[in-house]
Amino acid sequence: MLGEPVLKYLITRLVQLVAVVFVISVLAFLLVHLLPGDPSVTILGPFDTAAARAEVLRQLGLDKPLPLQYLTWLGNVLHGNLGESFLTKESVSHAIAQAFPIDLELVVLSQIIAFAVAIPLAMVAARRPNKAFDRLSSTFTFGLLSVPAFILAVLLVLVFAVSIHAFPATGWTNLTSNLGQNLRSAILPSIALGAGSVAVYFRLLRSDLISTLQEDYITMARAKGLPTRYILFRHALRPSSFSLLASAGINIGSLLTGAFVVEYLFQLPGIGYQIVESISSRDYLMVQGMALVVAVAFVVVNFAVDFLLVLLDPRIRRA
Amino acid sequence: MRRADPLRFAPVEDMADPLLSVEDLRTHFRTPAGVLRAVDGVSFSLDRGKTLGIVGESGSGKTVLSRSVMGLLSQSSVDRSGRVLFAGHDLTAMGPRELRQVWGTQVSMIFQDPMTALNPVVRIGRQITESLRIRAGLDRAAARQTAVALLASVGIPSPERRLRSYPHELSGGMRQRVMIAIALSCGPKLVLADEPTTGLDVTIQAQILDLLSSEQRERSMAMVLVTHDLGVVAGRTDHIAVMYAGRIVESAPTAVVFRDTKMPYTEALIRSIPKLAAPSHTRLLAIEGRPPSLLDPPEGCAFAPRCPYADDRCHREAPPLREASPGHLYACWNPVGTPAAARAFEANRQAGLPAAVAYARSGVAP
Repeated sequence: MLGEPVLKYLITRLVQLVAVVFVISVLAFLLVHLLPGDPSVTILGPFDTAAARAEVLRQLGLDKPLPLQYLTWLGNVLHGNLGESFLTKESVSHAIAQAFPIDLELVVLSQIIAFAVAIPLAMVAARRPNKAFDRLSSTFTFGLLSVPAFILAVLLVLVFAVSIHAFPATGWTNLTSNLGQNLRSAILPSIALGAGSVAVYFRLLRSDLISTLQEDYITMARAKGLPTRYILFRHALRPSSFSLLASAGINIGSLLTGAFVVEYLFQLPGIGYQIVESISSRDYLMVQGMALVVAVAFVVVNFAVDFLLVLLDPRIRRA
Repeated sequence: MRRADPLRFAPVEDMADPLLSVEDLRTHFRTPAGVLRAVDGVSFSLDRGKTLGIVGESGSGKTVLSRSVMGLLSQSSVDRSGRVLFAGHDLTAMGPRELRQVWGTQVSMIFQDPMTALNPVVRIGRQITESLRIRAGLDRAAARQTAVALLASVGIPSPERRLRSYPHELSGGMRQRVMIAIALSCGPKLVLADEPTTGLDVTIQAQILDLLSSEQRERSMAMVLVTHDLGVVAGRTDHIAVMYAGRIVESAPTAVVFRDTKMPYTEALIRSIPKLAAPSHTRLLAIEGRPPSLLDPPEGCAFAPRCPYADDRCHREAPPLREASPGHLYACWNPVGTPAAARAFEANRQAGLPAAVAYARSGVAP
């Protein structure tokens, strides 16, 4: 299925990916050293002796030279050991394993909702630009964009949780324990999270579709006597979806961490929520581990999107 | 995938009638700057299996004419009047659904630039087979087989492999062959070829034109060949219509156009064809000036400002199409070779009119 140029492209990008992840790991590692405050103070409290503090630093390996510390740390990370919380003694990887799937699910659901709203709207709107439907959907999506997530979240809770009791107002049920309950607890936060994306995706796809529909190959497809819907889906959608996808990649990455407002309002123990908690309690290793995971996830998502673009646009493959 | 629509185009078969008959077709665009008269009262007819060449400069309205004949222009901001009779049906009276039954299977189009007219992200195979499947109702295997046969017939080597190629993987000439294969795929009775060789090397141009001619003979199709190059249509058409500023200014059987040229614009086009017999470094006789704006066409003959034979009347009054001999129409007050033309030329030369001076310098006598 994949030709040689695609494989070559894939390998080049993979090398780049590894390089970026390396830089991220260095930054995540340095993060602990850049944050204000002394970890020994956090662990022992402000009143212990200097000798006791030095002993703590020695135990944590914080007295060794930085590159050595980095290598030790990297070795541990590669073995899935991100250390443990100074405060709760909970293992960082365990905490991430608890929190990250929530964000993953929220982001995936929110993007499914955003695409499901934006793509059909854009396809109908682009057929008759600046006519009633186009204007109406532009207004609607801009409305969604201009309502901040926290207001939309409150509105959703008021309407769907408090008045209708259709969905729970707060709380989270794990995917593995009860699928139905899980979806019910995920749906309102996902809508709140995805609403902003709808406007962006709609705008991008709409304007790309409008210019694609003026291409010669669309006139040619019409001259073949193909049905309008077929032309829209088979000839126009794919070449119009490149900027949509590229922006989705960046958007998904930032939603992974940007979800914390929504998580906070719905009381979901996701990773954004945990990072904010850990920062305020100076739980360095927690912050470090979560930042690392989120950053790597960001890079991986964008790598996946780039690869998808290559599959969709055969012309890139030669580059 | 959708099968062929039950609503089928049923040609009214009367072999005596022309296949295509265009009557006083006008196509005006409403633009912010005013009404652009791209096609302004064009009439012609074309018999089954024959070839009509439509010749004119860029901006003469020939591309709009071919799209307007087919009904491909979008409805909004375009005013179209007149009739386009194809096999007894008026295409201008058809709705989008009926037109789709005509497009591809009855009338098809070859576009100017095969780079932009083929979808860059869809494989060649799909672009050929989709109309075979949707319009001709073939199944996957039959459509594939037909596509391979089509590619082979338009001279594409190893057609089986080419089905999996994307347009950018082919050369310009190959792409144009693919486009021809697509246009021919559903067996149309009429092909409108809009500058089919403009973007190609000269050697490839001849190949593509020969291919079109031979396919046309084999399938007994009629063809409208739209081009800016009178040399292209010279040996390949039965009839030539010369367009200027949205109108037909001369129309005649091909041999007559060259032998008995009436319209000074046609004469100028013929003179601008490079001749192999001419000594090297002979200057081409270019047509002075530019075509008139179609937003605000001049009152009289549209060619008058560039014409070496124009007199006062030409600037005042638009000449009607007149018959020189059966089948030969022209629109000119001072046709080439008449005493009136000679008188006007002499006056223009003495007045220093650039067109007349250029003619005199090249030793062209009216």
